[in-house]
Amino acid sequence: MKDTVENYTTPDGRTIGGVLMEMRNITLRFGGVVAIKDISFDIREGEIRAIIGPNGAGKSSMLNVISGFYKPQEGEVWFRGAKRGPMKPYEVARQGIARTFQNIALFEGMTVLDNVMTGRITHMSTGLWSQAVWWGRAEAEEVEHRAQVERIIDFLEIQAIRKTPVGRLPYGLKKRVELARALAAEPKLLLLDEPMAGMNVEEKEDMSRFILDVNDEFGTTIALIEHDMGVVMDLSDRVVVMDYGKKIGDGTPDEVRANQDVIDAYLGVAHD
Amino acid sequence: MNEQFLFAMEVTLNGLMAGVLYALVALGFVLIYKASGIFNYAQGVMALFAALTLVGMMEGQVPFAHLINAMFGTDIHHFGWTVPALAAIVLTMGVMIFLAWAVNHFIFRHLVNQEPIILFMATIGLAYFLEGFGDLMWGADIRKLDVGLPQGINLWIDEITFNAFGYGFFIDNLDIVATVVAALLVVGLVVFSQYTKQGRALRAVADDHQAALSVGISLNFIWVLVWSIAGFVALVAGIMWGAKSGVQFSLSLIALKALPVLMLGGFTSIPGAIVGGLIIGVGEKLFEFLVGPLVGGATENWFAYVLALLFLVFRPQGLFGERIIERV
Repeated sequence: MKDTVENYTTPDGRTIGGVLMEMRNITLRFGGVVAIKDISFDIREGEIRAIIGPNGAGKSSMLNVISGFYKPQEGEVWFRGAKRGPMKPYEVARQGIARTFQNIALFEGMTVLDNVMTGRITHMSTGLWSQAVWWGRAEAEEVEHRAQVERIIDFLEIQAIRKTPVGRLPYGLKKRVELARALAAEPKLLLLDEPMAGMNVEEKEDMSRFILDVNDEFGTTIALIEHDMGVVMDLSDRVVVMDYGKKIGDGTPDEVRANQDVIDAYLGVAHD
Repeated sequence: MNEQFLFAMEVTLNGLMAGVLYALVALGFVLIYKASGIFNYAQGVMALFAALTLVGMMEGQVPFAHLINAMFGTDIHHFGWTVPALAAIVLTMGVMIFLAWAVNHFIFRHLVNQEPIILFMATIGLAYFLEGFGDLMWGADIRKLDVGLPQGINLWIDEITFNAFGYGFFIDNLDIVATVVAALLVVGLVVFSQYTKQGRALRAVADDHQAALSVGISLNFIWVLVWSIAGFVALVAGIMWGAKSGVQFSLSLIALKALPVLMLGGFTSIPGAIVGGLIIGVGEKLFEFLVGPLVGGATENWFAYVLALLFLVFRPQGLFGERIIERV
């Protein structure tokens, strides 16, 4: 594992920068249940960081802490060198953290294009009045955002369904539209909650390719959650392994694979 | 042409116009219901409150005059000025926006993720609070609202129809104005929700709260916005209704007339609210005209509800509502 904060270059030629986000001693409880117990790790600029673990390990809770949906009882969240105060999810989004959901949260009644356009909301500056009466820059702004959105739609190869209401799409495509919406926000950090869940092999391969391409093309830092270990090991630069709310491993895929605790967690050695 | 047929046609036209007012109130319901899942029982009272405030402002009445007089032994009622209709409308809109903010800040912000029945009870509470508050603020008298809208028979239509059929239709100018205003309002709402950033955000919130949060939309802002728009719709409905039959507390009962409209149109559909309003308007006028004499009249009181009941049995999602498909 690379502990230095200096930039380094990955074998495939991408540059990994300094620490973008750092979680320090995060503890999250729901009543008496401890979902996350004293976990620390960091996410570096430009990397693909995976959080893995068996079902119920607390992975999704961790993602929800990062995106502001859950508030941890203890610990600190640092983003871009500053400690983050208590924030609502929409404020976190405005800071440049976009996310997708495990069970897909799209606007089912709206078209693909409209869905992706909502991703631009944090970038739209024109106020309520000029928007409402279509004054000033509102129209020019809309055109500019449309162009950006069309680029992302092309990139993710969903041009053919641009005008289709999302509710009619099959599962795999919905996942891709959700990714497109998150990308439209040009996030500094992209959070993917089980991007491959429920997909067949072909869809999984497509999604893996898109994740790699997004990281490569836009330089987006990505943190993703998966419980399918195989996929994750191929994709990510570094992996955090969680089990029963605790961190049991952290490092490159090879280091993690060799970690005895990780092997035990996945093979189901009895906890005693 | 048959005299009876012409008369029925006139009744239909008048029904359409009455339906427009129902549609306006129903529209306010749909807006709030779509964006926040709250069935706002207070929508009718909001129309009353808006109309009361408008009249009070135009007449330069001192708000809370009774309370002030009782507390300080003074005897003030009016400031001694009058405000032009347009300025008073703008001021009233300001009050409605403040009301929207207050309702969210003091009530619904604290009830996020509660059961629909709890939200509904909260709006019942709000309705009666607002009714009493309006009474306290502006007094309980029946008021005449005159913002300068044309009223009385439209002679032009009367003349044309008389020349064509030998029977002049009686269409009230006020009803024509109400129809035009309602049409403009609906077009404005559609343009707003389809082509603006806030409109898109509003549709997003209506669709999925979590997803809306994740793209950076503040739910509170959208809720205040949507209650403000509903307040504006209430103001328009209050002006029309108030000009027609005076501003009185029975105005709040039109909310109950909006219920069957919503059953027909579907709770989540803006076109549904319009079409539902028109069907109820025409239906109850025609029914009264055709069947009323046979059963001794007063069918307008119950016709809409019976129609809604039939719809509930055969098409529970309404004409335009989303079909309820349960995946097994």
